[in-house]
Amino acid sequence: MSAPTATSTTASKPVRSSALNWKAIRAHGGIIALIVLVAFNAAVTPNFLQMQTLFVNISQVATIAIVAMGMTLVIATGGIDLSVGAVMALAGALAPLLFLSPWGIEYPALGLVLAFSLPLVAAALCGLFNGMMVSILNVQPIIATLILFISGRGIAQVLTNGNLQTFKNPGFSYLGTGKILGLPFQGWLALVLAIVIYWIVTRTIFGRYLLATGGNEKAARLSGGPVRSVKIGAYVICAFLSGIAGMIVVAINSASDAARNGNLMELDAIAAAVVGGALLQGGRAPIFGAILGAVIIQLVKYTLLANGVEDEVALVAKAGIILLAVYVQQVRKE
Amino acid sequence: MQSVASQPHAAQPLVAMHGIEKAFSGVPALQSAALDVAAGEVHALIGQNGAGKSTLIKILTGVYSRDAGDIRFAGAASHLTSPREAQDSGIATIYQELNLVPLRSVTENIVMGYEPKRLSVFIDWREAHIRAREILSRFGIDIDVKAPLGSYSTAIQQLVAIARAVSLKARLVIMDEPTSSLDAQEVAVLFGVVRSLKEAGVAVLYVSHFLDELFEICDRVTTMRDGQTVSVRSIAQTSKLELIADMLGRNVDDIKAAGMTDFGGGTAKTGDVLLQADGVSTGNRLRNLTLTVHSGEIVGLGGLLGSGRTEAARALFGVDTLTGGDITFKGSPSAPANPAAAITQGIGYLTEDRKAEGIIPDMSVRENLTLALLPTLTINGQIDRKRERQIVAHYIDALDIKAADMDQPIRELSGGNQQKVLLARWLATEPELLILDEPTRGVDVGAKLEIQSIIRYFVDKGFGVILISSEFEELVEGADRIVVLQDGYCVSELHNPGITENTLVKAIAQHHQQNEGAA
Repeated sequence: MSAPTATSTTASKPVRSSALNWKAIRAHGGIIALIVLVAFNAAVTPNFLQMQTLFVNISQVATIAIVAMGMTLVIATGGIDLSVGAVMALAGALAPLLFLSPWGIEYPALGLVLAFSLPLVAAALCGLFNGMMVSILNVQPIIATLILFISGRGIAQVLTNGNLQTFKNPGFSYLGTGKILGLPFQGWLALVLAIVIYWIVTRTIFGRYLLATGGNEKAARLSGGPVRSVKIGAYVICAFLSGIAGMIVVAINSASDAARNGNLMELDAIAAAVVGGALLQGGRAPIFGAILGAVIIQLVKYTLLANGVEDEVALVAKAGIILLAVYVQQVRKE
Repeated sequence: MQSVASQPHAAQPLVAMHGIEKAFSGVPALQSAALDVAAGEVHALIGQNGAGKSTLIKILTGVYSRDAGDIRFAGAASHLTSPREAQDSGIATIYQELNLVPLRSVTENIVMGYEPKRLSVFIDWREAHIRAREILSRFGIDIDVKAPLGSYSTAIQQLVAIARAVSLKARLVIMDEPTSSLDAQEVAVLFGVVRSLKEAGVAVLYVSHFLDELFEICDRVTTMRDGQTVSVRSIAQTSKLELIADMLGRNVDDIKAAGMTDFGGGTAKTGDVLLQADGVSTGNRLRNLTLTVHSGEIVGLGGLLGSGRTEAARALFGVDTLTGGDITFKGSPSAPANPAAAITQGIGYLTEDRKAEGIIPDMSVRENLTLALLPTLTINGQIDRKRERQIVAHYIDALDIKAADMDQPIRELSGGNQQKVLLARWLATEPELLILDEPTRGVDVGAKLEIQSIIRYFVDKGFGVILISSEFEELVEGADRIVVLQDGYCVSELHNPGITENTLVKAIAQHHQQNEGAA
């Protein structure tokens, strides 16, 4: 017994070590892509290694990352959420309405509290709607979330009469312009949210059921898993996070533009999740992968813009990244 | 090909695999495995789950690469690197899960990839249909080739897969558990096709857990155990017992003494009524189920496919909503609204379809094992990981589950070990009633014996079991009582000791006859 074992391991050794290297490249493709991007920018892009560049990129990437984490949870159930951009617009439009209302001006502290909380409640309700459509009415996720994708932004524009709302409210703007230890507040916020969600996915019963539902919904249900509530939970969290992102965008600009806030965010978030390693058929929720994906997408965008490439071309580059990520996933599956 | 057919056991075999070695991340799966198949021969490959059959086949068909060893196919050294190359060189594989497209027509499935073309661009459908009909008629199948493949039975679909393989000039057809989902008549048709393949000089490599079939159809048997080829026997000169002994690595006499599937039915003393179902019906083909289960008792559900056995299990476990009837569990009325409620009451349900309704393939052994247990393994929503690992370690040890470690994805385990993990999933919830739907299907002899002894141990502790099985032998020898179902009704009840396969078959058949008489 021992002799053949010895020969078989020695025989397979050279094959395995090279396979491991290739595997390692594929497994850490995201990190490698990030290093390549940073190295390229350091060499080519003027002023890349400046604090200012870091700030710009962090404040940009935070919103993508926050939404991508929620998207990752939804994708882990085997679903998809197209309404994230619209929910951003809705939450973003609601916040200034609250602290700019006569009532909010009279009681500024209370107005500010409501401006932070009510939009998130509204966002969560959007998620509840999505989740119930998907898990109780069994509507295809892409169609179910298409409803709010179209109407959510519409509602936001109706609320603001289609106008750009500008404001001066340092308390609210802290969300987008504040700094802690010299780094943008929303960067820290994204990091904290990521840790919390990672904890939920890996340590809680909800997280376990989430992955089980995406991995084999029938088996999860027959083992007593509350698959409906779990799916609804994923959509609610995703919408809640989108609401936060929408408010950050408004806070950065000190203005809410319901027509543009979160526009095309669903694509960035899906791309970030997929680049981060989420499988569209469900069952996997790499939260820090989603952040990495968001960073890569943001850096590619930045690289192209900073080097004078037009915005439209940047879109094509984004498509290329998604294509590459999907290819790597396909290879990984074997 | 004809000349080869005239001398089926020619000196030079069609397939010759020798000294095959293969290890997965350092764990050897095959060690000096060998396989010889002659042209025009039906050759069986048997062994327990995890013996290395699938690995050997996957190496032969280019799915895996080998670490060492020689493969010769049709006299030439073979270095296949993909299943497509294998197909092109004349090796066709019919998998357990058919790799066909159920929504497309029979014709499309047969000619897929090799469609007859008009003007070298457009598919010539008229010609394609004619060709498909011709290919099928060679197997004595006459069906509407324009209908979607999925509208036919599994047996027909399987035959279509074989027909496709043969039309691609296969010289070796590998069949992996081809009869596991077929009824007796369909098996007969399949065997007819296997015989005609043999006559045409095509070799068939036949993998099966049903030993009786081998004696009906095969010429020779290669037995594998622990990644090695342990014997090659001519079927005419061997016995079922000898093959089982080879597979298990045991002595023939020991097995004779132990008996095969007897887990001691009818001898246990039964206790109070555990579960009582009265006139239970659901919208899902269950019309009138009346059933009593005592603690310490195994109640078998007998009947043909579609008689309502699985539907009964689903009703008792809260999967399907009741449309009538009452269920009493442990003395108080209870019709579980969903599986979660049933689990809380103390019921477990091992499902029939391991892949579709049992395992979560990408999750680890640990996560699969504790899935039904989670609510009690959680403190304020957070999983108690230390206790989780303790419980899993306990069951891996108690049930002798063979896994590299508890964090290995369950899909990498053999079928028998996957089944043991699923059984452990339910045992861990410490249920008082276990519903087992085909607990030993697709599981090798060794694991089967182990699973059956676990079931008996569980019952002896004073719990109840409802056992559903298509194997009459397992029901007759395992159950204390058998309730026979037909069309969703309970039609009769048999008591052990005293049930034989004949009385069971008679009980099932009788009511069919009576029904026909009444109609």
